Amino acid sequence: MITDLLTNPFYQRALVTAGFIGFANGFFSGFVVLRRNALSVSALSHTMLPGIALGIFLTGSLSQWNAFFGALFAALLVGLGSVAVARGNRVEQGTALAVLYTAAFAAGIALLPKLDTRQELEHWLFGDIIAVGNADIWIAFGIGAFILLITNLLMRPILLTLFEPNVAAAQGVPVRFIQYLIFTLLVMALVSSLQAVGCVLSVGLLVTPAATVSLLTDRTSALFWGGGLIGGIGSILAVLVSGKFGIAPGPAIVIVLGLLFVLAYLFSPKYGLLAPKRG
Amino acid sequence: MTEAHHECCAHHGHHHELVIENVSVNYRRVLALADVSLATSCGNRVALIGPNGAGKSTLLKAIAGLVPRTAGTIRWRGTAVKKWSREFAYLPQREEVDWSFPITVRGLVEMGRYPQTGWWRAFSSADTEAVDRALEALALQDLQDRQIRELSGGQQQRAFLARALAQEAHVLLLDEPFTGLDRNASQLLGDLLAKLAHEGRLVIASHHDLNTVPNLFDEALVLATRPLAFGPVSEILTPERIEQTFSEPAAHA
Repeated sequence: MITDLLTNPFYQRALVTAGFIGFANGFFSGFVVLRRNALSVSALSHTMLPGIALGIFLTGSLSQWNAFFGALFAALLVGLGSVAVARGNRVEQGTALAVLYTAAFAAGIALLPKLDTRQELEHWLFGDIIAVGNADIWIAFGIGAFILLITNLLMRPILLTLFEPNVAAAQGVPVRFIQYLIFTLLVMALVSSLQAVGCVLSVGLLVTPAATVSLLTDRTSALFWGGGLIGGIGSILAVLVSGKFGIAPGPAIVIVLGLLFVLAYLFSPKYGLLAPKRG
Repeated sequence: MTEAHHECCAHHGHHHELVIENVSVNYRRVLALADVSLATSCGNRVALIGPNGAGKSTLLKAIAGLVPRTAGTIRWRGTAVKKWSREFAYLPQREEVDWSFPITVRGLVEMGRYPQTGWWRAFSSADTEAVDRALEALALQDLQDRQIRELSGGQQQRAFLARALAQEAHVLLLDEPFTGLDRNASQLLGDLLAKLAHEGRLVIASHHDLNTVPNLFDEALVLATRPLAFGPVSEILTPERIEQTFSEPAAHA
């Protein structure tokens, strides 16, 4: 039965896409975990809904591209807006983000009834990797490759900034530029996983893999490559078994990644709950 | 000139001067530091003392290039420092550092080498040796594979010093390095700073325990947003001046 599925072109595309998005987002999840902003990822994921609604509203139809640019625009606006507001030193970034994303989400919900594409919007919320189209694949691959390229090229200044921005700045790193860059890449990574797992579950792909690895190692680079491997392999496994259990592939991906995290949490040799206690 | 200063010049054969002239810093509309001038040179340990909010950290950050100066110049070895200098290393207060960051002691020290290697070049054998030397100088070889959270406070402070040595920094800017250290660790760190200064580095640290200033430092700058006094510790730390600077009794470590 598995072999039947494997010869199915839709299935093959779904597997390749899941593996690639899983890897790229798993790699990037290293930065999310180091930056300790998993909550803002979740906030940003919610702003993609009004973004998509806005894209449909302005162009009159739902396509991969206007949904993509709508989501990108809204998430960037809210994300960078919160960074800018926080620079005023009066309102903390988390607070600013909560204000802006709930307002944007509310605007999206207000806009929804005015659109007649509700049916298809479901699928942007929860993703449908089996129905992945060519445009989706190109968006995902393009963004994934771009993120991998930029983060690898700028790995040193990014790590310096994430570890201790003041020390980094004293070494000549353009800290503010790097912070905006990480935020922008984060939003792009979120948007790229829209098709696979949808707005809400994309958070899981961008946090869980490196969170799992962080329980297993103290080496910084392992967080990225290990996160990529766990994200990629976990996603492929999830798509393979999802049919068997009658679960949609998107949730299956996040469930599998969540289970791997729980395993690491329990059995990690160094940090696991069941690890031998050390003096 | 203190004795340490002359020893340093014996090491170097020439004079490395840090000259700060009329430096002011504003945070938005709040004046944080006004018109600070001082001149010192390698081999010295300079304490920045003053009550909370006096601008000690701000001055360190201004020298390191972390906060923009609204006025003034900083010259190191005769050259104006516009924004930052590779020869300056900034060591943050321990509570500002995310110690759970998954990095080993060696990884932390290797970060000090990035100004030399740039953003892409792989570590050469010279870089690796610099890291080894720095770890050795601070007696961290045996701890180099530890996660930084697993270090004691004194060891954490030494790890950042090793990072500065790997960077080949000449000027060490330390924000409250002795805070939270027990007596032994303080003693050890004090000896280390003396050794680093003796080898020709300039150590500048904010410090709030007036009792220990004479043992740990050669010169002191008394700050209360404005500079009140600067000079050798023995001349600066007079009872009248302490009374005048600190409205409340001297803080303790």
